[in-house]
Amino acid sequence: MKAPRLTDTTLRDGSHAMKHQFTRQQVRDVAQALDKAGVQVLEVTHGDGLAGSSIQYGFSRTDEMDLIEEARKTVSKAKIAALLLPGIGTRKELKDAIEHGIQVVRIATQCTEADISQQHFGMAKEVELEAVGFLMMSHMRPPEFLAKQALLMESYGADCVYIVDSAGALLPDGAAERVKALKEALKIQVGFHAHNNLGLGVGNTLAAVAAGADQVDGTLRGLGAGAGNTATELLVATLDKLGYEHEWDVFGLLDAAEFVVAPFMPFQPFPDRDSIAIGYAGVYSTFLLHAKRLGQQYNVDPLEILVELGRRKTVAGQEDWILDVTLELAKQK
Amino acid sequence: MNTSANHKVKVAILGSGNIGTDLMFKLLREPGHMELALLAGIEPQSEGLARARSLGINTSHDGIQPILDDSSIRIVFDATSAYAHVRHAKMLKEAGRIAIDLTPAARGPYVIPPVNLGAHIDEQNVNLITCGGQATIPLVYAVSRVTPVPYAEMVSTIASLSAGPGTRQNIDEFTFTTARGLEVIGGAKKGKAIIILNPADPPIMMRNTIYVLFDGEEVDRELVVESVEEMITSVQAYVPGYRLKNEPVFEVRETPEGKRTMMAMLLEVTGVGDFLPSYAGNLDIMTASARQVGEVFAQRLLEQEITQ
Repeated sequence: MKAPRLTDTTLRDGSHAMKHQFTRQQVRDVAQALDKAGVQVLEVTHGDGLAGSSIQYGFSRTDEMDLIEEARKTVSKAKIAALLLPGIGTRKELKDAIEHGIQVVRIATQCTEADISQQHFGMAKEVELEAVGFLMMSHMRPPEFLAKQALLMESYGADCVYIVDSAGALLPDGAAERVKALKEALKIQVGFHAHNNLGLGVGNTLAAVAAGADQVDGTLRGLGAGAGNTATELLVATLDKLGYEHEWDVFGLLDAAEFVVAPFMPFQPFPDRDSIAIGYAGVYSTFLLHAKRLGQQYNVDPLEILVELGRRKTVAGQEDWILDVTLELAKQK
Repeated sequence: MNTSANHKVKVAILGSGNIGTDLMFKLLREPGHMELALLAGIEPQSEGLARARSLGINTSHDGIQPILDDSSIRIVFDATSAYAHVRHAKMLKEAGRIAIDLTPAARGPYVIPPVNLGAHIDEQNVNLITCGGQATIPLVYAVSRVTPVPYAEMVSTIASLSAGPGTRQNIDEFTFTTARGLEVIGGAKKGKAIIILNPADPPIMMRNTIYVLFDGEEVDRELVVESVEEMITSVQAYVPGYRLKNEPVFEVRETPEGKRTMMAMLLEVTGVGDFLPSYAGNLDIMTASARQVGEVFAQRLLEQEITQ
C-alpha cells in the first residue's frame, strides 16, 4: 500500500496557536527539517489564509509573503502551498503568493459554499498551479451533500478536494464515510484534514486513509487551532507501522517536532476542557484562543461562549461573533 | 414630457430578479416623487415580471430597449449585473437618462445617501457600492468626520440564501469594492473588507462588524460615539432595521504599528420584508438606499423644472 501524500501545515494552521507571530527564522528552521525528512508539501500562510492579517483574526508579525518566500528559498524538494479563503483573500493576494513562489494553492470554503471558489480555481489553473479544494466544517453536512460540493470544485479545475474537519467534531466512521463518498463521486484525488479536539486527530486520519484518502495533513507537535492538528510525526510513525510504503524519515520528524518546534511553542495544544467543548459542540477550532481571551476579559466561561457559538451554527471566519456572544452572556449575568 | 403635472418623475427598474422585485415593492409602498413606469427584464418567464403584471405594473422582457424608447422615463435603476451595466451605462448616458447602479460595475461615483449624495446630485450615473458597503461605510465616515481613521475593517456575515449567483461568482469584487468604499467615502486611510456566508437554517440576519483603529491610544470616545449614534439615526430614516447590537467596544490592541486603540461596532440589519425575507437585510439596505437616491434625484429634477 502506498502512503498518502503528506502536507504539513505547521506554518499555517500552527500560526493560530502562535497568534500569527512566526518569524523568518522559525519558518526557515521548520521548513528545513520537514524538507529533509521527506514531507512532500509545506503550507505557509496566515492561519486564516492569504490576507488573514486583520483585526478580526489577528495581525501577522511578519508579512506572509516574506514567510512564503523564506520557505521556498529553504526547501530543496518539498512544494510550498498557501491557503486561500474566498471572502477573506482574493486573486490579488493569490497572484502575489504565486510571485513569491507557491506551487500549490489550497482554496477553502464553508462546505456548503463551494461555488464562491470558481474565480480562484480559475486563476490557479490559468497559470497551471496545483489547486486543492478544502470543504471546511465538513461535520455539518452528510457525505452525499459534500460529494456534490466537491464535484463543483472538480468542475472548476481542482486537482484534489479535502474533507476538512475544522471543528474536530468527526468520529472515525464519519471521517471515513465522507472520504469514501468523495472517492466514489470524483475523478480527482481526495484528502482529509483533522483537528484533535476529541483526541481523534490520528485516529480519524488513519480511518480516512483506510477509506482511500490520497492526501492528508499534519503539523509538528500538533501545533494548530483548537486542540491542534494530527501530529505529523505521530501520523508518520503509525502509517509506517501499518506497513504503508513511504519515503519519510520517521526519526527525523520526531527530532523536528521535539527540537525545532517544541522549543518555540507558546503552549502544547491538547484536548483540554474548552477544546473538547469545541469538538463536542462542532465549533470552528480557531475560536478557542479568542474565546479564552474574551472570556477572561469579560468574566464569562469560555466553554459557555463556545457552546453558544455552536448553537448559533457559526462557521469559519466568524470570529467577530465571539465578541458578540461574550457581550450578551456578560450582560445576562 | 410633462412630469411636473402630477409632481412625479417616471422611473424604470432594469432587472427583474430578487433585487429588482424588492425595489419594485419599495417604490410601490413609498413612491415619494417617483412613479414606477416599467419593470424590464430579459426572461419572459421571470417570476418578477409576473408579479409586476399582477400588480398592474407595465413590464417588458426586451431588456433596456423599451426604456430607451420611452423618453418620459427619466431615472433608471439598474439591478442586472456588473457586466450588463457597463453596456447599459453607455446607452443610458447617450439617451440622457439618470442611472442608479445597484451592480458593482461602478461607472459613476460611489454614493452612500447620508454621506455624500448631495455632492453627486447632478451626476448622470451613480453607484451604490455593495450591500456591505451601504451598511458599514456610514459608520466609518461617522468616525472619520470627528477624528482621523488610519485603518478600518468590515466583516459582513450574510445568510447563504441571500447571496445570489452574482455575489458568489464575483466575491472578490465585493471585497475590492467595499474596501475601496471604506477609503474613498468612509474616510479611512486604509480599508479592508471580509465577507462570510453562513448557511444556518433558519437563516441569520445580516450582520456586520466594523473595526476602526485610531492614531495611537488617546481617543475622545464620547465624541466618536455621539457621531456614530447620529449617523445611525440618519440611516434608520431609510433603513428602519439598522441598529447596533451593543455599545461600541473600545480596546487597546497590539498592531504592526504599535499599540493602538481599536473600536468595534456590532451592527445588525433586519430587512423590512417588502418582498425578500427579513433576514436578507443585505439586499434590503441596497434597495432602500437605491430608493432613497432615486427620491432625491426625482425631487431635484422636479425643482429644476419649476425654476426653468
